[in-house]
Amino acid sequence: MSKPLLKAENLEISFHGVKAADGVNLEINEGEFLAIIGPNGAGKTTLLNLCTGYLKPSAGHVYLDGKQITHLSPRQIAKRGIARAFQIPQLFTDHRVIDNVMLSNAARLNLWQMLSPLDRPRYRDEAMELLRMFNLADHANDLASTLPEGRRKLLDIAVALALKPRLVLLDEPTSGVSAIERFGLMETLMTALRQAKVTALFVEHDMDVVRRYAERVLVWNRGHVLTQGRPEEVFQDQRVIETVVGAV
Amino acid sequence: MRMFLLGLAALVIVAIAGISAPWLQFLLSLAIAKGLAALGVAILLRAGLISIGHAMFFAIGAYATAFLTRNGITDFVSLLILSTLIATAAGVVVGAFMVRYRAIFFAMLNLAVSMVLFSLLSKLYNITGGTDGMRVARATFFGIAPGEQTFELIVFLTSLVVVMLVGFAVSAYFRSPLGEALKAVHTNEIRLEYISIPVWGVLLVGYTISAALAGLGGSFAAMIIGHVLPEMAFWTESGHLILVAVLGGIGGVAGPFIGAIFLELVHTFAASFTDAWSMIVGAALLFVIFFLPSGLYGLINKKRGGSAV
Repeated sequence: MSKPLLKAENLEISFHGVKAADGVNLEINEGEFLAIIGPNGAGKTTLLNLCTGYLKPSAGHVYLDGKQITHLSPRQIAKRGIARAFQIPQLFTDHRVIDNVMLSNAARLNLWQMLSPLDRPRYRDEAMELLRMFNLADHANDLASTLPEGRRKLLDIAVALALKPRLVLLDEPTSGVSAIERFGLMETLMTALRQAKVTALFVEHDMDVVRRYAERVLVWNRGHVLTQGRPEEVFQDQRVIETVVGAV
Repeated sequence: MRMFLLGLAALVIVAIAGISAPWLQFLLSLAIAKGLAALGVAILLRAGLISIGHAMFFAIGAYATAFLTRNGITDFVSLLILSTLIATAAGVVVGAFMVRYRAIFFAMLNLAVSMVLFSLLSKLYNITGGTDGMRVARATFFGIAPGEQTFELIVFLTSLVVVMLVGFAVSAYFRSPLGEALKAVHTNEIRLEYISIPVWGVLLVGYTISAALAGLGGSFAAMIIGHVLPEMAFWTESGHLILVAVLGGIGGVAGPFIGAIFLELVHTFAASFTDAWSMIVGAALLFVIFFLPSGLYGLINKKRGGSAV
């Protein structure tokens, strides 16, 4: 049994009296691909916000490698190895595609290196490798704002992976991507994650994607974990069929 | 490379103009001094931050030069360096507070602090000379005290060298991860935090550099004019710096200098024809906003000229 990389204990948070997380417990082990599913408004993105320090829980704790990270900022948590890709891609739209990735690479540099040119052969090669993996190499010199939605999504994920994280949190990685490209994207993503030995937690609405790629599924509903387990077990659960599978 | 050669050619043209028409030296030197401060404002504009109080650092640089000469330091280079360092230190202190704010709050807080400085400079008569200001003794060069014309020529040529050095340094900064991150603050602060780049630190470095440039410009201005006044910190001077930056364009280092020289020339020539010179300057600004959104710099570099407004 591998040790939990990320652990959430009794997390609680509410918005205007509505509990988005009500005593939630969660563990993700090193090397695991965990999918979180649930109906719209269930609080899935809130969970990612809590784990990355964007929101602070009213109760409970989040641990990374056994060390508490509950009250750290998103920046401090990212520095400790948790990267995030967003449902709505968060890019530097006035920068070129390659600059987005190189800036993410640059986050690992020291102050002196931060004052040397960003566009240097070493950084460029590293960024191009990642862009090639996501079929974005042809767009390397385009402005990020000119990319179509599907490719913006890919770039957002590439920016997260450029940090060389230990754990990546992906918020609906296939939303905004056409049905034809969806499985291609996931194959690319899974290959990249396996190569880099990155643990992944992804929120997803596409049940076919979850069935095919998740090793474990956690079902979230109304601020609670309804059930969790292997995909084939979870999708047999009548409660899951009623509240989630039928609802998406 | 193309922009470097263009910049070099422009500097040579300005140098030739100044040497062949000595009356232009004062005007061009002063324009460059304001251009340095406007470049500081343009750096913040890259991050989407408008400072309506940056003249405070211009005034700090100018008054630092005045105090230093009063206390016996008259060497030109030492005055420039020390005054810039004092403005830089002030930039760190004020910036540490300012970079926590954005948009209108950032603009107004800068305005407020600059007006506090203006009031202090005006009221502390025994120290600052009040509204009369302070005289700045003519600087020496390595112990030699030149005559007025030689002094103006040396200051003019030195200002061109400084523009070149500052141009290299700020261009390198813009191309570095810190400079690119500064631009990224404008588009996506959240993403910057999520890739573990501290927005606070990025802005503080940008703010400090902009204060240093304004201080350097102020020191030049003090020595060129030979007198400093509290008005140097007044909010209209900060507005003037924004005007210069917008007019020149914030897409590159050259923009604010182009804007400053253009504005000084328009001002001088318009003022020689009519008292309503500000109307002509206003019309020039309107023309740039409507027809040259990347500023005058956009005329030279259409591809990379950043939006002026």
